Amino acid sequence: MLSINATFIGQFIVLLVLLWFIYKVVVPMLAGPIEERQRRIAQGLAAGEKGEQALTAARGSADAIIREARERATQIIDHAQHRANEMVEEAKGEASSEGARLVEQAHQQIELDTTRARESLRREVAGIAVGAASKLLGKEIDATKHAELLNQLATQI
Amino acid sequence: MAVETETPSAYVNHHMTHLTVGQGFWTVHVDTLVVSSALAALVALLLWLAARRASSETTPTGLGAFIEFVYDWVDGEVGNIYHGNRRFLTALALTLFTWIVAMNMTDLLPLDAPGAVAGAFGAKFWRVLPTADINGTAAMAVLVLLLVIGTGIRSKGAGGYLHEWISAPFGAHPALWIPNAILNLIELAAKPISLAMRLFGNMFAGELIFMLIALLSLSVTRVSAGGVALVGVQVLLGSVWAVFHILIVLLQAFIFMVLPVVYIAMAEEHH
Repeated sequence: MLSINATFIGQFIVLLVLLWFIYKVVVPMLAGPIEERQRRIAQGLAAGEKGEQALTAARGSADAIIREARERATQIIDHAQHRANEMVEEAKGEASSEGARLVEQAHQQIELDTTRARESLRREVAGIAVGAASKLLGKEIDATKHAELLNQLATQI
Repeated sequence: MAVETETPSAYVNHHMTHLTVGQGFWTVHVDTLVVSSALAALVALLLWLAARRASSETTPTGLGAFIEFVYDWVDGEVGNIYHGNRRFLTALALTLFTWIVAMNMTDLLPLDAPGAVAGAFGAKFWRVLPTADINGTAAMAVLVLLLVIGTGIRSKGAGGYLHEWISAPFGAHPALWIPNAILNLIELAAKPISLAMRLFGNMFAGELIFMLIALLSLSVTRVSAGGVALVGVQVLLGSVWAVFHILIVLLQAFIFMVLPVVYIAMAEEHH
């Protein structure tokens, strides 16, 4: 059973052929793609790590931007409130001055109306006085003739 | 092939006999050569089919994924042992592992099936397991021996290699040349002999145990309670041994893959 014979030579040749085929054909065909794939996986992992770092950095800067935006918003709101207060004050001031002006105007109008009324009253009183005098005198006073007198009278009233 | 009139020793002898052609040294074990060549072709075909579809653009599936997994594992094992350009060592390890696994697996076939198939083609004997033939394991071991010597000469030069033969491990004193050379010869010869004998012995013993288990029901010629019990025990033992043998099939192939790489890596080291 432990006899070495020509079978050995045959086995040796089969082994050499198989080894040659695997070394020259199979391994080159497998090694390239597998190594390339491993390289890509390593690259992908590195890129993932880099991405994670970038994400952390971006989160930091996003926080800063949000904080700044909040501050800015607060500033804008403050400013707007300030401006609104100012506008209200301005409007109040304008409204009171306008009111004063209107009151003043009304006063002037009243004074003018009073003067006019007094004038027309005076004239009327003069007319009545003339009428009464003429009746007393029994003759009619010539209005044109005594205009000067009447006017004098009117101013005295 | 179990004929009713067969005796146990005849059954075992029949299963242990190669189909031969020729005389003396020029005897050829046709069964060993045919089975190992066919399995080498099958291994080459499967590897080629998987390698053909390998691409860095696509994810391997099915056979491709399995072969790539095996390749990657073998390459990793070789890389753990040898730090250098390991393209050839990976090829050698992949060749030895895949071919030995394929050959060892034939031991898991039903014991009488290969003989029955070969018998249909007119073969009187058919011993299917090439790794239980010392010629099969020795061929691989001798290639490893040649590679070990070749690697030693390539890395140290012919002079340096010869110098190591006479100066290590005891020292370079002329009186120690012969002891050094004897020890180196033993060390060098032990490698292929242990490789060849280990695989041969493991597979031979495994095959023999399958035969002994098969003998349990050899004497059963008609249906009886005892006969049914014997067949049951045979099936149980055969199944258990087959499952255990899967481990041996893979383990021995793994050992025959790793040790040559270790020997070749050692041959490159300077003493």
